[in-house]
Amino acid sequence: MATAAASDTAGSQAYDAPADDTAGYERAFDAAVAADERIEPRDWMPDAYRATLVRQIAQHAHSEIIGMQPEANWITRAPSLRRKAILMAKVQDEAGHGLYLYSAAETLGTSRDELLDKLHSGRQKYSSIFNYPTLTWADVGAIGWLVDGAAITNQVPLCRCSYGPYARAMVRICKEESFHQRQGYELLLALSKGTPEQHAMAQDAVDRWWWPSLMMFGPPDDESQHSAQSMAWKIKRHSNDELRQRFVDICVPQAESLGLTLPDPDLKWNEERGQHDFGAIDWAEFRDVLKGNGPCNEQRLTRRRRAHEEGAWVREAAAAHAAKHTNSETGAARA
Amino acid sequence: MTTTPAKDTAHAAAALALGDDALVLSHRLGEWAGHAPVLEEEVALANIALDLLGQARVLLSMVGDEDELAYLREERAFRNLQLVEQPNGDFAHTIARQLFFSAHQYLLYGELAAGDGPFAPLAGKAVKETAYHRDHAEQWTLRLGDGTDESRARMQRAVDALWRHTGEMFQPVEGLDVDWSGLETAWLEWVPEVLRRATLTVPDGPRTGAWTAGAGRQGLHTEPFGRMLAEMQHLHRSHPGATW
Repeated sequence: MATAAASDTAGSQAYDAPADDTAGYERAFDAAVAADERIEPRDWMPDAYRATLVRQIAQHAHSEIIGMQPEANWITRAPSLRRKAILMAKVQDEAGHGLYLYSAAETLGTSRDELLDKLHSGRQKYSSIFNYPTLTWADVGAIGWLVDGAAITNQVPLCRCSYGPYARAMVRICKEESFHQRQGYELLLALSKGTPEQHAMAQDAVDRWWWPSLMMFGPPDDESQHSAQSMAWKIKRHSNDELRQRFVDICVPQAESLGLTLPDPDLKWNEERGQHDFGAIDWAEFRDVLKGNGPCNEQRLTRRRRAHEEGAWVREAAAAHAAKHTNSETGAARA
Repeated sequence: MTTTPAKDTAHAAAALALGDDALVLSHRLGEWAGHAPVLEEEVALANIALDLLGQARVLLSMVGDEDELAYLREERAFRNLQLVEQPNGDFAHTIARQLFFSAHQYLLYGELAAGDGPFAPLAGKAVKETAYHRDHAEQWTLRLGDGTDESRARMQRAVDALWRHTGEMFQPVEGLDVDWSGLETAWLEWVPEVLRRATLTVPDGPRTGAWTAGAGRQGLHTEPFGRMLAEMQHLHRSHPGATW
């Protein structure tokens, strides 16, 4: 963003700017957003824009971290060495995505420690999808195909998000996510074309993951509290329902080529709209999972907290060592 | 076990031994996913696990079908060192295990890479990966040893507990033409030096003999190993003949 008013003003200073200056900054900010310019960390931005981004990026980062669990659940049981390598690489990528996203959030004046603390205390959320259990190996494929597919549909427009650091993180993340999505599809295809037991395993997984995947796009447009403002700020580019519809239209032919069905009797092509009609989502379930009452909410957070607490002595050791050896040649102090 | 015998049985036996080491340690490191003390370690441990799994796949494929070998052998047919099958324990145990093993692998692959035997191409790549693994373990040994009182105590416990598993690494493996005692000498120079720099005491307990581990290469393993295999092999064994 290259407006004179804001170009040399750090975000944190802007909070103290006198009211009459703020109006000027705000005009410059609005103009930059309208012109599709990127907002950068040192630019002035409205407090609410900053807060919304922190919330959204943090939730996104938390989802990557919590999202490691349902898949890591199958690393030690992966049925071939090739699949095991693919799954390990994927879970590793997710940790990496979490790191990019925490870094992006930190450009807004928060810290990873603070955000993790909010995750652990339940003050910040993660995607509701990761509160569902991975009960069979096919779930790993269903997560790749459907969950990563929904994430990509959501995230590709974020590559054009008005906040520069977030947009750039998304470019890197989306590349890896589409790779994961293809791997998930390919895993399901192998099962679908495999033995009758494998085919049944794949169908069962798709039956269990389909509706939760549709819920990943968030509440319907008329109930989405943040949508209008986020779209005005060009954080979001499309509405929840628009993206959900796009996802359904992409999945239907893919399911067909997989030789699997989608568990929705109302799903059918609508010639007039040129889109698929689909059945009603169980929003009561969605709200329940968001409130913490999904099948794995308790387990996911407990596991995450435990990893953090049990690792405290390791982090303390690293900090103590760094403090003792700030001038060390070993490089250990800076790692 | 129904794998195709390799042309050269001595080399096949060696490939199996090294492949099993990498396979089993990779599996143990995979157990850390989602449990690491800091996100950077989620990435690092998975990275090491992936390198090792890559090595295992090349080595097992020199012997037969990698999946048959990994998933359809029973405990007594595995040839890995007992060191690599040891449970993860706390982060210090995982690091001590990695320090001991990576230092060994680094030296062994260095020597194999320099030769012109069947393992030279694999070793050339593996030695670079192993240099990174060894560095990672060394840096953490220094941080934990020379960190807080608690971390030093934990690191010392880990080093002491795993020390008796280290002699096994230098028992000659049939089919590997290397200077085993030279490797051991080099290992015994490098590892204790790292421990001393980490302000730790170098254990004076035995590394070979009746009360130390030494029979992994003969298919005699420790109790946790069978349980590890049960988990690893369960799904594959439940669907005989399936492809994945």
